[in-house]
Amino acid sequence: MSKRDSFDLQKTGFTRRGFLKGAGVAAATAAIADGSLEALADSKFTPPNLLGPNAAKITLNINGQAKTLELEPRTTLAEALRINLDMTGTKVVCDRGSCSACTVFLDGVPVCSCMTLAFDARNKQIKTIEGLAEGDKLHPIQEQFIEHDAMQCGFCTPGMIMSCAALLERNKKPNLEDVKDATRGNLCRCGTYPKVCSATLAAAKQMNGSNS
Amino acid sequence: MPETKTTSAPAAAPVPEKQPVPQAALPKDEKTEKKSAEYRFPVGIVGVDMKEVEREVSANEPPPLPINEKLKVIGKPTPRLDGRAKVTGAAKYTADIKLSGMLFARMITSPHAHAKIKSIDTSAAEKHPRVKAIHILRNDHSEAQEQKEAGPAFAKIRYVGQPLGAVAALTQHDADEAARLVKIEYEVLPFVTGIEQSRKEDAPLIFEAPVEAKGSAGGGGGPAGVAQKGNVRGPAQQKRGDIDKGFSSSDVMIEADYRTQVQTHSPLETHGVVADWKPDQLTVYASTQGTDSVRDELAGVFKVKKSQVRVITEYMGGGFGAKFGAGNHGVLATHLSRKANAPVRLMLDRREQHLCVGNRPSSQQHMKVGAKKDGTLTALSLVNYGTAGVGTGAGATGPTQNLYTCENLLTEDYDVFTNAGPAAAFRAPGHPQGAFSLESAMDELAEKLDIDPLALREKNDESSARRAERKIGAEKIGWSARKPAGSTPGPVKRGMGVAQSIWYRFTNQDSHCQVRITRDGSVELLSSVQDIGGGIRTALAQVVAEELGLKPTDITIKIGDTNYPHGPASGGSVTTNSLTPAARNAAYAVRQQFLEQVAPQLHAKSEELSMSDGKISVTADGSRALTFKQAASKLKTDQISAQGDRKEDYVKTARKGKDRGHDSGGVGGVQFAQVAVDTETGQVRVERIVAVHDCGRPINPLALESQINGGIIQGISYALYEDRILDRQTGVMVNPNLDQYKIAGSMETPEIEIHLIEQYWGKSSTDAGPIGEPATVATAAAVANAVYNAIGVRVREIPMTPAVVLKALAEQRKLAKA
Repeated sequence: MSKRDSFDLQKTGFTRRGFLKGAGVAAATAAIADGSLEALADSKFTPPNLLGPNAAKITLNINGQAKTLELEPRTTLAEALRINLDMTGTKVVCDRGSCSACTVFLDGVPVCSCMTLAFDARNKQIKTIEGLAEGDKLHPIQEQFIEHDAMQCGFCTPGMIMSCAALLERNKKPNLEDVKDATRGNLCRCGTYPKVCSATLAAAKQMNGSNS
Repeated sequence: MPETKTTSAPAAAPVPEKQPVPQAALPKDEKTEKKSAEYRFPVGIVGVDMKEVEREVSANEPPPLPINEKLKVIGKPTPRLDGRAKVTGAAKYTADIKLSGMLFARMITSPHAHAKIKSIDTSAAEKHPRVKAIHILRNDHSEAQEQKEAGPAFAKIRYVGQPLGAVAALTQHDADEAARLVKIEYEVLPFVTGIEQSRKEDAPLIFEAPVEAKGSAGGGGGPAGVAQKGNVRGPAQQKRGDIDKGFSSSDVMIEADYRTQVQTHSPLETHGVVADWKPDQLTVYASTQGTDSVRDELAGVFKVKKSQVRVITEYMGGGFGAKFGAGNHGVLATHLSRKANAPVRLMLDRREQHLCVGNRPSSQQHMKVGAKKDGTLTALSLVNYGTAGVGTGAGATGPTQNLYTCENLLTEDYDVFTNAGPAAAFRAPGHPQGAFSLESAMDELAEKLDIDPLALREKNDESSARRAERKIGAEKIGWSARKPAGSTPGPVKRGMGVAQSIWYRFTNQDSHCQVRITRDGSVELLSSVQDIGGGIRTALAQVVAEELGLKPTDITIKIGDTNYPHGPASGGSVTTNSLTPAARNAAYAVRQQFLEQVAPQLHAKSEELSMSDGKISVTADGSRALTFKQAASKLKTDQISAQGDRKEDYVKTARKGKDRGHDSGGVGGVQFAQVAVDTETGQVRVERIVAVHDCGRPINPLALESQINGGIIQGISYALYEDRILDRQTGVMVNPNLDQYKIAGSMETPEIEIHLIEQYWGKSSTDAGPIGEPATVATAAAVANAVYNAIGVRVREIPMTPAVVLKALAEQRKLAKA
């Protein structure tokens, strides 16, 4: 579906091809080069920045906290969050970048965490659904999702909220079409889209009201 | 005696208090001894035909509730209680459960559409250093079962993706790898995936013996005891009157073929469990629509007592009918947990979700409608062949049987087996398919008779709910401005269409709950029912809060755990209708105990007290009052509690005969669609939907609206986009994902306007009814009728993809030239 492709491009800055070509290539090369690695080790020479295929220690900055983890380079950011850190607010639905349920922010940009290697999230600020509220104070988008009942089963909700929160970051006064566009990659099987839109518009109003 | 005035129209002034009705006339002792009491119930549609009707009910049942306008909590838009958990990511779904020492599992599935297993070699997988257990299935738990003695050691393979076994390992990656290490030798057999091919005499035989499939909650599975020949099981037949006479007495006839595709449920959370086998207790976290159905199946398979199996579903990510019972994955995970002596998580991947845990069967429907010149139906005949793959339940004749009054009727449903994954109940089983053919045919009839489609329905539909709904909807959509078919100038043509829903009031009496009040003032409700997204958690809190004069947020709802009283499985739109009366009955019983104990503190008799706004006060003297918390602190014991059950309906409605499926036995719903069709690209765009629905007494209009939105959007998705495509050469599904299996997104969502009418039947202590299913029944048909109105060409096939629409337009041009 073309809209999903354009969504990927627009929202994440990644295409699948670009993903393989670019960021993921270091890990892939490392795995392929395993045999020669041993030879390198024998020669007592360890090249810098070569990791894998076994688990290696990395530090991720998640919701303002540094977390040190031992991960295989193939681990996606979604897996690292959900399995290694038990931060299960981020959901995995399609595991191939077509539904946006796993949306998190990387340096403020919403990305599919199932299409991002954890290693590529090093040195970046990661924000997840768990970090959206400030302590007990919910983000206006979260408040309005509750108020408008912009959820049913709730499985798409974290990803949906992250996409909408990102929209409000870049556009203080969105209209209906802007919200639809911002969530065009977020699939919801219960059909909550109309209320996602009304909740987001209300949140924008709420945020503008408190700013002025 | 409190007055029992007739409320023919909603009272203008809000009446603050619930009125305890006639029972107050009886001295208390006499009341408790009496087996039943007579009450006057509000019955009818608010604003249309309200009246009061006398009903005899069990003395344990609470007095009737007045209409919503006079209530404080029920019927008021109420944000869901679990909203905060869902928006913060705190809600834990099955896929999120992590137990100490938990292993991860992956299923081994069949790559072939039809085969016998010659051998299975698990040695390589066993040698994998991080594999902890392997289990191979002896039979498929989800397909129809042959009625014969246990067969060979391995299950026969009948579809691609059939679960054969599973592997548990330390990580998901390990399990995925190890599953691929299991070597299976197959004897590949000829297979068949198409209905036409499968019906042929020389088609490969899918089942060698007659089969039966267990039905599931929500109407999945085919009828029992139906003839089977070759790959065809049927007909399941329904007859009324004399069909031949019906047609011979008709002035006009419509005869047409309609086709619908296979649709997969595609819930966002896949099917899955975390199973934790311990010698005395099996605990299973399951993504299910029926906690007790999972418990029952596992207790049966593993031959343990139901009391030794505990199933937990705190949150679940959508099911739409596909998630009942343990399934192959539940059985496999339990075996693995027992073998590995560790908890095992087995969540299906997206591909498996499409292949092996259910779908909506396809249909090929031959419809014949006979009518008089004035539109009166004289005969309805529908013969339907559909495929539920290796399952049963492709019936699609429900709407034709039940929607319109027609004396002469013949319907036949045939299940055609194919080498494809088994169907499962899917939101209003058979009804979106059946409404597509019936409501399209009604539209064709209206066109032929030159009668307005709404007037034609008015003539043949005896439901007072749908009558009211047609009126409201026609006004909202601007029906009077509807133009003749195909009359928009230019390539982009606009049109308007209407179609009707029917669904039934199924009640599941396995609906119990307990309500407790504790001395600290906390109130909780316990039931094993699961919230599948409809918001039963909140509806239950509203009912209890109404009875106790509290706010919904004052009530702690503990559900989704078979340790609590048995709740209903959520399928067939039964949950609110079944469980809210039990909740009210429990709250009413605990309220009586509570007031008995509090009364002396207020120097009054319990029946002189009322509970509202968080206070217990003497009805006649509001100054004598205690807060709920103060009153609770006076309880003699730390806790009081009562169990509530779902009693039978106060009056029974025949599901057959003249009443079938109408006001008293079912619900309606009328949907209007406005579309734009680009005749150059074939693209159909739904611009607007007006949906008018009824669901008895609405409990939470906010969540009801959400469910109706969902039904409509799924219906649009079904009408225009979704299609499970099997490769004829291999039997492999070519789009088992969420990018090529296209479900409607925000850009495909039109402007939706919802109106709910309020209808009372006086049948239970809450009078709540169904909504999940009726909301999706009419949508595809309404869109199809709007497409016809736009382009003047009938599209009798869904999904109405650009290719299908362009083909229909081309055929029309060919006809015009000839």
